[in-house]
Amino acid sequence: MQRIVIIGTGQGGQQMAASLRQEGFAGEILMIGDEPGLPYQRPPLSKAYMASGDAAALTLKPASFYERSEITLRDTTRVARIDRLAREVETEDGTRHGYDHLVLATGARNFRPPVPGIDAPGTVELRTLADAEAIRLRLAGTRHAVVVGGGFIGLEFAAMARAAGVAVTVVEAAPRLMSRALSPQMSGHFLDLHRQMGTEVVLGAMAARVLTDAQGQASGVALADGREILGDMVLIATGVRPNVELAVEAGLDCDNGISVDGGLVTSDPAISALGDVASFPGPLGAPLRLESVQAAVDHARHIARRLVRGEDAPYSAVPWFWSDQGKTKLQIAGLGQGADQAILRDEPTGPTVLLFGQGRLLAVETVNAPGIHMAGRKLIGMPLAELQAHDLDLRAAAKAGAAA
Amino acid sequence: MNITFIAADGTETRIEVAEGESIMRAAVQNDVDGIIGECGGSMMCATCHCYVDDAWADAVGPQEDGESDLLDCAASEVKPTSRLSCQIRMRPELDGLTIHLPEAQL
Repeated sequence: MQRIVIIGTGQGGQQMAASLRQEGFAGEILMIGDEPGLPYQRPPLSKAYMASGDAAALTLKPASFYERSEITLRDTTRVARIDRLAREVETEDGTRHGYDHLVLATGARNFRPPVPGIDAPGTVELRTLADAEAIRLRLAGTRHAVVVGGGFIGLEFAAMARAAGVAVTVVEAAPRLMSRALSPQMSGHFLDLHRQMGTEVVLGAMAARVLTDAQGQASGVALADGREILGDMVLIATGVRPNVELAVEAGLDCDNGISVDGGLVTSDPAISALGDVASFPGPLGAPLRLESVQAAVDHARHIARRLVRGEDAPYSAVPWFWSDQGKTKLQIAGLGQGADQAILRDEPTGPTVLLFGQGRLLAVETVNAPGIHMAGRKLIGMPLAELQAHDLDLRAAAKAGAAA
Repeated sequence: MNITFIAADGTETRIEVAEGESIMRAAVQNDVDGIIGECGGSMMCATCHCYVDDAWADAVGPQEDGESDLLDCAASEVKPTSRLSCQIRMRPELDGLTIHLPEAQL
C-alpha cells in the first residue's frame, strides 16, 4: 500500500493520519478537508473557547507535526467526487488524487429544521470554529438567547451564556432534556441544574417559526402551540446529519451514515469510514452511529491497526461521552438505550445512574465523578449479581476485577 | 519560562511556556511526542500522564481531586510523582521544571 487519502480534517481524520504513522505506515498520507487551517478540537467551542476566544489553543497538533510526519494537509478544499474504479478522489478544482486506500472522515453537519425564518440574521448554529467565532462576537451584545434543542450542545451553550449574564430560554421538543442520550433520572437532574442557573426550560415544545423584527433580524421563536418566546439571538441546536453525500454518489451502502462492517470497511474494500459519519455494528449487532471524540479516535486507531498490521479483530471499544455544562461534568460510559432497569445511587458529587439490560450493565451515567466513570468503562457487560457482590460500588468492583 | 521534557528513551526537549498554560497544552502545541491529551484537558482520559522530576515534586504539588482515579487507567506505571499534565498550570515558581514522560499513553 503506497498512498492513503483521508477525506475530512476533524479530530477523526487527524487521528487517522497520526495513527497510521504511529503504526509504522511509510507511504504517502494526504488529508483533504473543507475547513480552513489545521485540524482542531470541537468540544471546547461551546465552553473554553467562548470564554477565552483563543482559537490557537484548539489546534490538535502544530504545523511542525504534519511536516515531520510527512502528512500532506489540503485545507479549504472540497472533494467533488470519488472515482472508485480509478481509485481517485477529485477535488472541486479538478485535481485528481490516486489512492490505494481511502478513509472517509467527513463527519456530520448541523440539522436545520425546515421552519420559516431560520435564515434570518441573528439565527446561529454551533459546529465549527467559524460558527463559534460568530456566536462569540454576537454574544456580548445579546440580552436574551433562545436555544432550540435541549441536547448537549444547546445546554452547554445555555450554561455558558448564563455565566456570561445572558438570559436564556431552552425549547425542547421531547418531554425531557438530552432524551436521546440519557436516562429519565439523569435528564431530571439536569433540568433542575439548568433551572437553578436561571435558564427557562420549555419541554414538549416544537419551534414552528423564527420570529423576525422590522429589520429582518431574528427576534425569537414561535412555538407550535402559539406561544412566542422573544430573544435577540436564536441558536439552532437540533442535532446533526451525517455527511454521506460523497459516499452515496460513489454508490457505497449508506443507512443513517456510511455503512461499515466490524473492520470499519465500507461496501468497497478499498474504502473505510470513521467517526460521526460511520454506521458500524454496535454491541448488540444493530448498526450504530455515534457523535463523539471517543468514536472518532478509537475508529481511527482500529483502521490504522488493520491497514498497517493486518489485525482483523472486530471493533469493540466501549463508548464514552462527556458534556461540561457550567461547573457540572456529565459523563456516560456505555450505551443505555434499551435498558430495562435503572438503579439510582446518590454520590457526594451528584447522582449516579446504573443502567441494565437483561441483567447486565449497559451504561453508567455520573456527575463530577471521574473515578466511578472510569470504573464504569471497565465494567460494561458485567452481570448485576456480580456488582451487587460489591454493593454496587463500581470502583471496588473494578479494583477486584483488576486484581483477579 | 521553560520546561524540559525527558522521554522514556532519554531524549530531551526544552520548550517555552506562558504563565497559566497547562503543561499538556504546551507539550501538544510544541509537538512533544509522548503527551497525547486526547480529551483536551477535560479529565476524561489519562493520555497526558507524566512524572514530575523528584526535585520539583514539592513545587508542583499533589494530584488534584479525581486525578488518581484517572491515573488508575494510565497505560504506564503510576508512581508517587505521577500527574496528569493537563492539571498542572505554568507559574513563575515552575520555571525550569523537568518532566519525565512515560513509555506509553495508550
